[in-house]
Amino acid sequence: MTDRSAPSPASHRTPAARPAASVPGGGPGRRRVLPYLLVLPGVAWLVLFFGLPLVQLAAASLYDPTGSLSTGYVFAWAFGNYPDALATYWPHLARSFGYAGLALLLALALGCPLAYAIALRAGRWRNLLLVCVVAPMFTSFLVRTLAWKTILSDQGWLVGLLRDVHLLAPDGRLLATPFAVVLGLTYNFLPLLVLPLYASLERLDRRVLEAATDLYADPLRTFLTVTLPLAKPGLVAGVLLFFIPASGDYINAELLGSPNEYMVGNVIDSAFLVRLDHPQGAALSFLLMAAVLGLVVTLLRHTRGEGSPALDGGAR
Amino acid sequence: MPDDDPPGGDLHLVDLSKRFGRVTAVDSVSLTVPQGSYFALLGASGCGKTTTLRMVAGLERPTGGRVLLGDRDLTGLRPYRRPVNTVFQSYALFPHLDVFDNVAFGLRRRGVREVPEQVRRMLALVQLDGYERRRPGQLSGGQQQRVALARALVNRPRVLLLDEPLAALDLTLRRQMQGELKRLQTDLGTTFVHVTHDQEEAMTLADTVAVLHAGRVEQLGAPADLYDHPASAFVATFLGQCNLLAAEAAGTAGDEVAVTAYGLRLAVPADRARADRGAVHLGVRPEKLRLAGTADEVPAGHQQIPAVVTDVTYLGSGTRYLLRTGWGGELSAYTVNDGTGARLPVGAAVLAHWVPRHAFLLPRDPVERAAAPAGEPVGAPG
Amino acid sequence: MRPAAGPATPAPRSAPLSGRVARWLVDRWVVGVALLVLGYLLLPIAVVAALSFNQPTNRLSYDFHRFTLDNWANPCATRDMCDAVVRSVQVGFLATLVATVLGTMMAYALTRHRFRGRSGIGLLVLLPMATPELVLGTSLLALFVAAGAPQGFWTVVVAHVMFCLSFVVVTVRARLAGMDRRLEEAAMDLYATEWQAFRRVTLPLLLPGIAAAALLAFSLSFDDFIVTNFNAGTTVTFPMYVWGAAQRGIPPQVNVVGTAMFALALLLVALTSLPRRPSRPHR
Repeated sequence: MTDRSAPSPASHRTPAARPAASVPGGGPGRRRVLPYLLVLPGVAWLVLFFGLPLVQLAAASLYDPTGSLSTGYVFAWAFGNYPDALATYWPHLARSFGYAGLALLLALALGCPLAYAIALRAGRWRNLLLVCVVAPMFTSFLVRTLAWKTILSDQGWLVGLLRDVHLLAPDGRLLATPFAVVLGLTYNFLPLLVLPLYASLERLDRRVLEAATDLYADPLRTFLTVTLPLAKPGLVAGVLLFFIPASGDYINAELLGSPNEYMVGNVIDSAFLVRLDHPQGAALSFLLMAAVLGLVVTLLRHTRGEGSPALDGGAR
Repeated sequence: MPDDDPPGGDLHLVDLSKRFGRVTAVDSVSLTVPQGSYFALLGASGCGKTTTLRMVAGLERPTGGRVLLGDRDLTGLRPYRRPVNTVFQSYALFPHLDVFDNVAFGLRRRGVREVPEQVRRMLALVQLDGYERRRPGQLSGGQQQRVALARALVNRPRVLLLDEPLAALDLTLRRQMQGELKRLQTDLGTTFVHVTHDQEEAMTLADTVAVLHAGRVEQLGAPADLYDHPASAFVATFLGQCNLLAAEAAGTAGDEVAVTAYGLRLAVPADRARADRGAVHLGVRPEKLRLAGTADEVPAGHQQIPAVVTDVTYLGSGTRYLLRTGWGGELSAYTVNDGTGARLPVGAAVLAHWVPRHAFLLPRDPVERAAAPAGEPVGAPG
Repeated sequence: MRPAAGPATPAPRSAPLSGRVARWLVDRWVVGVALLVLGYLLLPIAVVAALSFNQPTNRLSYDFHRFTLDNWANPCATRDMCDAVVRSVQVGFLATLVATVLGTMMAYALTRHRFRGRSGIGLLVLLPMATPELVLGTSLLALFVAAGAPQGFWTVVVAHVMFCLSFVVVTVRARLAGMDRRLEEAAMDLYATEWQAFRRVTLPLLLPGIAAAALLAFSLSFDDFIVTNFNAGTTVTFPMYVWGAAQRGIPPQVNVVGTAMFALALLLVALTSLPRRPSRPHR
């Protein structure tokens, strides 16, 4: 019946199959243009105010460093800006990644149990606990960081208590120490780590865990061999969402630390807004971005091919 | 739209093809659905039946071929320009609209007047009056199914497409809805094209069934034709169970085809043979096989094969026997428990015999013999 | 938290002892740590709320001195601060509006159409989220300086639209991807054009997702300091005001704003999560 050589009653009229492209009608043409019309404004915005600025920043990082904002900068392929900036400010870059890394470890130690408890142990309290996790994001970033400044202040009850139990020397401080900065970073970005982790744990089919228990895995082995691999996409997303802003942050270092704790962000801020040394600020910005991008790519490549739906929600 | 053109006419698919990348889902299918008929597209999952339906609805653009309704070419038309409506698998009712608004959706898009009257009439027809203000989430599966039907039929489509409409219902409800579908189709006289993987459903409902396999139409015909005179081994085993014996045919002599299978000389009426030379399958349905204890019990003119009973399954209305033939093949036989014969025990030597007109010959790919041991009853039980 | 397995009633003897002990420990340990972490997350909010009722002895003191309602009664005692809040609301509103419209259009095209460059655009949308905010800020500054554009209110809006856009696209796209595509096909099968199908079926079902995206965009914009700091010129948003005031000592009204924002957000969460429950049948 379907064989071309065996003619069916209808195929007498049309001797050959015709490609659908030649089909008449106004619809198909407009359909092909529509998606482009829909994405055009957004793409234009991103190209103009995300792509183009990065190009300009790259150009600025190669300006002749002897120029100034008032006399005007000259583009000079001044690659020397990079080693110069690195030579002066490598401790700040190192501190950025050191503090952010420490904060990440701390956040993992705190966030994993929290996400696990909310997703699998909270029962009907789940939504309330979730709101509590997101709650810090509802108050202003700066206001809540200033609250930590109050809590950690030399006259505060916390410092008093720690001095009394001799965990802190009588003249010891919490504020203006690396501890305060790491604590602030951990606090401010912890929800960003917990939420995706929670989401992937929550999606996890509880029957799979029960099956593991049924197959003689003890709780620890269930967690290591079943829960963790299944939660990996969420974990990766959480780590990225935490680390990217944490390493570029300078508010915590400024408010909770002292110049001894300044991170690369503080330097970039002052290069652009105080010292008006744009080439140096641009070079440092690029160094930061390169380091972060390198990290992102490494992490994503390590987890690719495990069917991670991580960030791309739409592909079908 | 459907109101202002002449009655649809027959639906023609002409060399219709659809490729997704390198996969050919539908491979130049040509068929005609007569106006006013109940037509079923039957096949296993992945055979291209849903893709075919979606091309008729306009939801998928064919890679080749055409869709014609009467003399009108629908191929390039967007779905909303076609006088065709669909009952989707799992219904796709709009969850944010109540039953009334769901059913009124198509009428309103077309700017039809008297929307409330038509919706009410249609809801009465599917026995859902009084449910106008319910949301789909508040309805049972069967009720959702009726809403989906009403939502499509209220537009008085030239062709109604049904994509596995009963798959989500349990067995009892499915039986009941089958009856209602048939009633609606008879009352309205609309052409129904019903996609299903359930052979029983297709045979119950349809005037004409097209069996699809690997993107092609294996056979098209009335249910009884497909069952009694299948065109291929696939159709024979997809529709019910069938004993297929690998055999060699020696050509037509008179009005019979002489066949040799495992040393046995058998014959099949020529008009029951789709091949009469070379490698063939000789097919006999289990319920056409009868069992006799001795040679004198076999009526004259019957074909016969000696075998031993290896398994007996009592099924209430009937009994199924598994038999082992002399060459080690297996046959399946089904006898009705009409109170006449006694049940045979395991180990009994029997003669399986049949009326020659009940067998059929199908062409066989000679290399198939190595793959599937001959004489095995092929196909899903039940 | 799990009333079913209280420590007072021991589990049936059938399970091996070591397994039961391990399970009990894991349960209690995880829950205990989780509660402590929640305390850590909520502590500063409690401090902010408390300080909003504080009458400080002087501007540099954050100690709780005396309870007062004055700060709540006169939130605009510091004029500059109120101006900054108004400015932030204006910026947030404009940025949210533009980003939500553009982002929804993009998300729709990316999930419902196949076209050349689709995956490239999907990547472009994700890139700003993978870029440190600092770099977003400095690069825009570099552009505005090079173009000679005066920095101020509008440069801030432009910058905020840029980083909100990605979040809107991701949020709406996730919602669209989870939506049964057959609903739109059913609409088109029922004589709805693509626009009508979007307007009558997609949009109403997408609305919660769009609302969530808009809320997210507004909160991101309202709270942004880093990008704003590089592009605001002399315009002062609320975070900019707090940053400047932090050096001199912040007025207690800042805590009022912080607490009010928190309360408002909680209210919104309560309002949006309550009516959604019955519409979805239990699995």
